[in-house]
Amino acid sequence: MAAQGEDLNLEATELRLGLPGTVESEKQQMPPSGRSMKRNLIDVNDERESNKEESDGLSAQNCDKQDVHRPSKAQVVGWPPVRSYRKNCFQKKVESESTGAFIKVSMDGAPYLRKIDLKLYKGYSDLLKDLQDMFKFKVGEYCEREGYNGSEFVPTYEDKDGDWMLVGDVPWNMFITSCKRLRIMKGSSEV
Amino acid sequence: MNYFPDEVMEHVFDFVTSNRDRNAISLVCKLWYRIERLSRQRVFIGNCYAISPERLIARFPGVKSITLKGKPHFADFNLVPHDWGGHVYPWIEVLARSRVNLEELRLKRMVVTDEGLELISRSFVNFKSLVLVTCEGFTTDGLAAIAANCRSLKELDLQENEVEDHRGQWLNCFPESCTSLVSLNFACLKGDINLATLERLVARSPNLKSLRLSRAVPLETLQKILVRAPQLVDLGVGSFVHDPDSETYSKLLTTIEKCKSMRSLCGFLEVAAYCLPAIYPICSSLTSLNLSYAPGIPGSELTKLIRHCRKLQCLWILDCIGDKGLGVVASSCKELQELRVFPSDPYGVGNASVTEEGLVAISRGCPKLTSLLYFCQQMTNAALKIVAQNCRNFIQFRLCILDPTKPDSSTNEPLDEGFGAIVQSCKGIRRLSLSGLLTDQVFYYIGMYAEQLEMLSIAFAADSDKGMLYVLNGCKKIRKLEIMECPFGNIALLSDVGKYETMRSLWMSSCEVTLGGCKTLAKKMPRLNVEIFSENNEMENCIDDEQKVQKLYLYRTLVGPRKDAPDYVWTL
Repeated sequence: MAAQGEDLNLEATELRLGLPGTVESEKQQMPPSGRSMKRNLIDVNDERESNKEESDGLSAQNCDKQDVHRPSKAQVVGWPPVRSYRKNCFQKKVESESTGAFIKVSMDGAPYLRKIDLKLYKGYSDLLKDLQDMFKFKVGEYCEREGYNGSEFVPTYEDKDGDWMLVGDVPWNMFITSCKRLRIMKGSSEV
Repeated sequence: MNYFPDEVMEHVFDFVTSNRDRNAISLVCKLWYRIERLSRQRVFIGNCYAISPERLIARFPGVKSITLKGKPHFADFNLVPHDWGGHVYPWIEVLARSRVNLEELRLKRMVVTDEGLELISRSFVNFKSLVLVTCEGFTTDGLAAIAANCRSLKELDLQENEVEDHRGQWLNCFPESCTSLVSLNFACLKGDINLATLERLVARSPNLKSLRLSRAVPLETLQKILVRAPQLVDLGVGSFVHDPDSETYSKLLTTIEKCKSMRSLCGFLEVAAYCLPAIYPICSSLTSLNLSYAPGIPGSELTKLIRHCRKLQCLWILDCIGDKGLGVVASSCKELQELRVFPSDPYGVGNASVTEEGLVAISRGCPKLTSLLYFCQQMTNAALKIVAQNCRNFIQFRLCILDPTKPDSSTNEPLDEGFGAIVQSCKGIRRLSLSGLLTDQVFYYIGMYAEQLEMLSIAFAADSDKGMLYVLNGCKKIRKLEIMECPFGNIALLSDVGKYETMRSLWMSSCEVTLGGCKTLAKKMPRLNVEIFSENNEMENCIDDEQKVQKLYLYRTLVGPRKDAPDYVWTL
């Protein structure tokens, strides 16, 4: 739950559904007939993460708890009327959204390029190991300050903006979504 | 009355295949009843607790095909706890013991065990067809028994079941001598599949017409399978991800072009949009397309695909197609009869991207529409009126606005008039699901106009008992009524207790009916099972008749209270 510290001015950065400047919060509108939604409906302003609870709560017992879970929007047992099977399918899918990320890999001096699927690697060491096998080279020791030390081969990649970046600086997940192609640079060759 | 020998009557009756017609025949006279029952081969039992297997066999000794349904429909949406019932084992046991020549078993929302599957496989020599829809309780070991022992198996169709997967060896249990498969659907299995075994199975099944694969089957294997089975009519794709520049992919392109009989496509449980062009060549002959389980395909790719599918009669799609995409459907698929638009975000947190506009476009472009399931962000009365004018042939109309009490998004009024227009215009409507802000008025219209209505699903609607009374009094043909979160109480429940014997079942959850009301009903109607339950096991200890009943499920039955009800279910 967001803290109320005034000095942090959290309200300015708070995500809302309404237009900027509106005071009305995400509270559920009461239907004009005045009939409130009944027992199972939780009317909340809570930002608590609901996803985990939903996936755990697919066993009937959890779902039927009336007052315990407080999802981020009004959630009702039995609504929307979507089969658990379908809901389960999409839960998993959301976790592994992108389906195959084939990118070209070139190495300076090599006669032809290769293609690899970035989704198949668990992380940088896995990727570099495979690249080194594929192109028969050795990469140096990575450190944040100076990049790769100890070898004339340097792994780089082209990102979404078209810039050539050093492999290894950003978190792996960010890398695989922004990497368009790989290039193993050799020696002091400049781009 | 009868001028013909029995054999002739029987021969005539053979031409009557619909269960309803055969039921009607059996009511004409005792002679016809006798002839009909001895020659009946297919029996449909909508509620497994309405009758017992013994009585079924006594009446229809020659039965070969049985369809059974177990749990109430709302069990699909987690409103029924796990061990509620719907066990099929007792049925199989009796059928086996009585030496019924069972060839086909179709089950929906039932608990099936490995022991049951094994018993089927060993007891019925001519067993040909097993269809399990939204069932649970079994593992791939049970499937192995079916594969191993059913010598003339033609059909194994598993739709959306919860199956515990013991890793793919069940396919190996199909003997080399098994060449009779016509239909195989294991899309709902989660574990690995022995791909080589699968290929060999397909290779020795010349009659295979329908094959639906699980996610574990990659594109390379699909290509090899299609080479062996170009005669397939119905295909469920498992994984459809591959480098489009690869040799495998180009082989696939050639192979697919040879699949001239393909009419129905589904699955794509794992898919890369850039691979979809591979199926364009067969799109023009497709009559059925289900992409509702295909994650992550952008609307633009969906519409590109659908433009090729001009003969489509049935389309199941995700709402990421958007209103514009539905416009493309409307202009491309003039033969469309059934449309289902599912939420890509089932938790309904407002990212749905279809509205009343998409539906209106569909109604303008697809006049042959008879069946609709539409999950949307919002709806208006004006839109529903236009739809009612354009499509008068709806048999099923199910509208689900993700925010269940949302009013008309342009006028803020209830959606009574819109749904009223639908039921008034579509005289043949048999199944209706309502949502949005609704008062008693919509039920007035339903009771007045929906003469053929058989199934009605309601949630968060109405202002008073009058709503339910309109339906019970007006809808002469209603068979299944399921209600959640509505202010219907004892007055509505008890107004016409005899009505419930003309229906299959009534479900009411989170309404205003009390324990006392249910007790009164149960007392007046001994041939109904009136079951009440709540999760907290509190009902049995409750002595207060004023207590509101959380869940009520009542159904007509010839065999009294069921013996397998769990502790938390109280049969009054």
